[in-house]
Amino acid sequence: MSDYMTALPEIFLLSMACVVLTVDLFLKDSQRNITYLLSQVSLGLTLLLTLAYQPHGTQLAFNGTFISDLMSVVLKCFVYVVTMGVLLYSRRYLQDRGMFKGEYYVLGLFGVLGMMIMISAYSMLSLYLGLELMSLSMYAMVAFCRNSKRASEAAMKYFVLGALASGILLYGMSIIYGMTGSLNIIEISRSLAEQGSSVGVLLGLAFIVVGLAFKLGAVPFHMWIPDVYHGAPTAVTLYIASAPKIAAFAMTMRLLVEGLGSLQADWQTMLMVLAVLSLGLGNIVAIAQSSIKRMLAYSTISHVGFLLLGILAGTGEGYAASMFYALTYALMALGGFGMILFLSRKGFEAEELDDFKGLNERSPWFAFMMLIILFSMAGIPPTVGFYAKLSVLTAVVNVDLIWLATVAVIFSVIGAFYYLRAVKMMYFDAAEDQSELQPCLSFRFALSANGLTVLALGLFPAGLMALCAAALNG
Amino acid sequence: MENLYLAIPLAPLVGAILAGLFGHQIGRTASHWVTILGVGTAFALSLVAFNHIVFDGGEVFNQSVYTWMVSDGIRFEVGFLVDTLTVMMMCVVTGVSLMVHIYTIGYMHDDPGYQRFFSYIALFTFSMLMLVMSNNFMQLFFGWEAVGLVSYLLIGFWYKKETAIYANMKAFLVNRVGDFGFLLGIAAVLMYTGSLDYDTVFAAMPSLVGQTIEIIPGSPWDVITVICILLFIGAMGKSAQVPLHVWLPDSMEGPTPISALIHAATMVTAGIFMVARMSPMFELSETALSFILIIGATTALFMGLIGMVQNDIKKVVAYSTLSQLGYMTVALGASAYSAAIFHLMTHAFFKALLFLAAGAVIIAMHHEQDIRKMGGLKKYMPITYWVSLIGSLALIGFPGFAGFFSKDAIIEAVHHSEIVGASYAYFAVMAGVFITAFYSFRMFFLVFHGETRMDEETKSHCHECKPVVTVPLILLAIPSVIIGALAIGPMLFGDFFNGVIFVDPSRDVIAQVGEHYHGVWSFVLHGLSAPAVYLAFAGIFSAWFIYLKRPQLATLFYNRLRPLHSLLEKKYGFDEFNAAVFGGGSLKLGNLLWKFGDIKLIDGLLVNGSAKAVGWFSGKLRHIQTGFLYHYAFAMIIGLLLLLTWFVVR
Repeated sequence: MSDYMTALPEIFLLSMACVVLTVDLFLKDSQRNITYLLSQVSLGLTLLLTLAYQPHGTQLAFNGTFISDLMSVVLKCFVYVVTMGVLLYSRRYLQDRGMFKGEYYVLGLFGVLGMMIMISAYSMLSLYLGLELMSLSMYAMVAFCRNSKRASEAAMKYFVLGALASGILLYGMSIIYGMTGSLNIIEISRSLAEQGSSVGVLLGLAFIVVGLAFKLGAVPFHMWIPDVYHGAPTAVTLYIASAPKIAAFAMTMRLLVEGLGSLQADWQTMLMVLAVLSLGLGNIVAIAQSSIKRMLAYSTISHVGFLLLGILAGTGEGYAASMFYALTYALMALGGFGMILFLSRKGFEAEELDDFKGLNERSPWFAFMMLIILFSMAGIPPTVGFYAKLSVLTAVVNVDLIWLATVAVIFSVIGAFYYLRAVKMMYFDAAEDQSELQPCLSFRFALSANGLTVLALGLFPAGLMALCAAALNG
Repeated sequence: MENLYLAIPLAPLVGAILAGLFGHQIGRTASHWVTILGVGTAFALSLVAFNHIVFDGGEVFNQSVYTWMVSDGIRFEVGFLVDTLTVMMMCVVTGVSLMVHIYTIGYMHDDPGYQRFFSYIALFTFSMLMLVMSNNFMQLFFGWEAVGLVSYLLIGFWYKKETAIYANMKAFLVNRVGDFGFLLGIAAVLMYTGSLDYDTVFAAMPSLVGQTIEIIPGSPWDVITVICILLFIGAMGKSAQVPLHVWLPDSMEGPTPISALIHAATMVTAGIFMVARMSPMFELSETALSFILIIGATTALFMGLIGMVQNDIKKVVAYSTLSQLGYMTVALGASAYSAAIFHLMTHAFFKALLFLAAGAVIIAMHHEQDIRKMGGLKKYMPITYWVSLIGSLALIGFPGFAGFFSKDAIIEAVHHSEIVGASYAYFAVMAGVFITAFYSFRMFFLVFHGETRMDEETKSHCHECKPVVTVPLILLAIPSVIIGALAIGPMLFGDFFNGVIFVDPSRDVIAQVGEHYHGVWSFVLHGLSAPAVYLAFAGIFSAWFIYLKRPQLATLFYNRLRPLHSLLEKKYGFDEFNAAVFGGGSLKLGNLLWKFGDIKLIDGLLVNGSAKAVGWFSGKLRHIQTGFLYHYAFAMIIGLLLLLTWFVVR
């Protein structure tokens, strides 16, 4: 396969994003649905291309700066599917608020392109380019609703902190480059295995870990998450909260595990600190939130803690568990924020927890869907969240870090409180808002499919788990 | 044959599900039809199986039909062991159950829970069949608990009645004690043999002889004895042996058909069946056999004594059931397993008959159960009168009737037994004969003879019941007369139980009795020359003399023997003792744990305390999120610096 064929999905999506950008210029506001459909079609076709041209084994391209393997295929496919869900869920929200503009879709597509490059990057340079492409798109999306003070503030914070984090990451990368003489992941890995650990390498490692921690949103580099999630329009929050986590997981895997794998003993301890802090702070502070968007933001932080647990276990089992966690968390986050969009309507943001009161009276079916998603986030069987947590914990226990597993379980128990409180509000409190739910059929259908997938994956997790294991160990 | 065996328990189950879940859709008539069809099918197929195994000499079926799970090398299976013992039990269970089903149409006619009732008794039949057909301990336990569950549901069938709820709670709790022992026994079996399958366990048992277990350090106990006694504790609960008998008299709060089916004919004999099934195990421990013998003898004698002072028609029959269960247990203890099973079978028929007859009387008397308010019912209810007479004669062991053969065999067997406690048991069963005859005929005379003591209102409505009630009575009366004479030869002295029941040759009392057995007639004649029969006659005569001839004697005895009478009326104070010590004790303990452990420690400190702490902490911690960009950046820098100092500088 030639280099260009290996990167065909990326090239295709780039062209399509440009096409969407151009086409959108010539559309009237009333024709904006064309932009929407074109974006969805682009993502769908990229999905098909990715599947059709998937490599046998590992395929390197562009002088080893780009990789295509089973892991990249699986992660990318999830990114497409989740993003398609995001576009579908957010359409009506954007229409109701006069934000149904081409920019959302173009930026969204470029963001996806960035994620794809992050997933497939095999050199620190391409990795950084992908990361910046994604981040810049997201900064712009947060600020997308220019009139909103809150959104602008969030975008500003996000941008400044993101730039700081990027700088730190880049600094770390440059130190590693200085120590190993290469930007290429394989070369770095080879060189480090020879020279072993040194102060210089550790310095670089620490900076890289901080950069990664910011992108993932691990404590104490999480500060942007609550403010950005809360400040951004919900449609954008939905975008930021779901697919980018998959890309961030890929970046962590490429950099830490594949590139700096020989320093595992060092980064294991660092991640441990980050994981415990994230689990603790995320779960505890989420309890004090009254806004569901902020609550889910803190919940994200705690989930990142779990994600890190699997990686720091440092075994194939742990990586697979972590990947499973990242994929299923993206689905849960999609459903959770999707539910907020579902309840919102023109002139009304269903952002407060109280807006979920009595949902069961208004729509028993969607209350049930939300129940599944919340149960899954809390890790209650038979939803997929339980299995994801279980496999991560098993991996951690298998490397004799029993105390860490215990801490994780205790914080999960504390965390279960705020998920269950939301469930209690849906089922046992009287509804304050009796207005009819408006979403269209496709939204209803997609949200139901989303909830049921979370349930079905919990009942039959073996297939996806085997796929994750194969992707990482194959 | 496998499909046939599978169909036998499943047919009543299907009936139970249809009547239970769809009872209101399909209506009352359809509900009783589906369950009767299910049980009828099971009965017919049981007869086919009986014919196949007993008369055609078919292969014993011992196979698993479904593997539930395999865990740590232990197989949990559903399997059937169908041999002569099983087919006999199957016929008795389904036969009596079928009669009770039909009878119920009349008895429960106006009850709002009609469909529920049919569903329960069909479910019971399924559970009992699973119990007797099992080839492993797991399924045995399943059936054991399932019959217990249905029994519990049926005792409290009239769940708005305070006493019924009390009674079913009591049955539940007392059976818990027994079942706990039973479960420990099964666990011990599993621990020492690594298997739950009967065949494997029995084969492994001889290798355990002489092994000891130290439950309390310093006192080694024989493993087999421990296992047998634990299993027997289960049987004591289910088969209502002293001191776990207290639930059975109270269980009479349930509808009468249930008392006949579950609390007389079938479920309460599950313990007897289980011990007989486990004979290869029990034979290895003489200590356990002595224990069984003494418990059984005590139950047989002392429960009969209580029966003498009861005035509730169902309670009299209930105490007689306890006493007869004692007889069966005595037979087990004396290693006369076949005699125990034989008595189980005859007892199933005549006791079901007596209960159903009592039920007929209760219907006629408009749910009046006090025998002091009856009398002279003979002319109102001729059919019930005659079948009750047959049942009572069978119960007291009148020569020629079913009970005569089985009870006489037990008495003879105990007479020959030489293990510890045998002489006490012999005395108990002999005295029991007189007592049985006395209370049976006391009730019989008070109900059917003498002057009518009911009020005019009741008298004007008193008449014989409908055929759905009387036909089952007649159908049960037939085996109550003849089954003993028919079955004694093959069952006790033939090779019916060869390869099924194992008896150590040194204790084979039935073989010793069999040396003198020369056919049914000589057995009857021999019986006439033995003291037992005369004790029975004496019992009838005393009852007749005291309650019909000279009624003032009853009052006289009552006044003279008041302390004894009140002791019997209080049932030796078991209930008071249990209520004060176990009931009161656990209430006090529970209160203490609740007030201190639950409210203060768990609710107060652990649950609410930690929740409050987390909530407080959460409230404090959220202020870290100040909203100021420079704070955020500062936090990141600090985090980076900490990582650097911690990991790099070190």
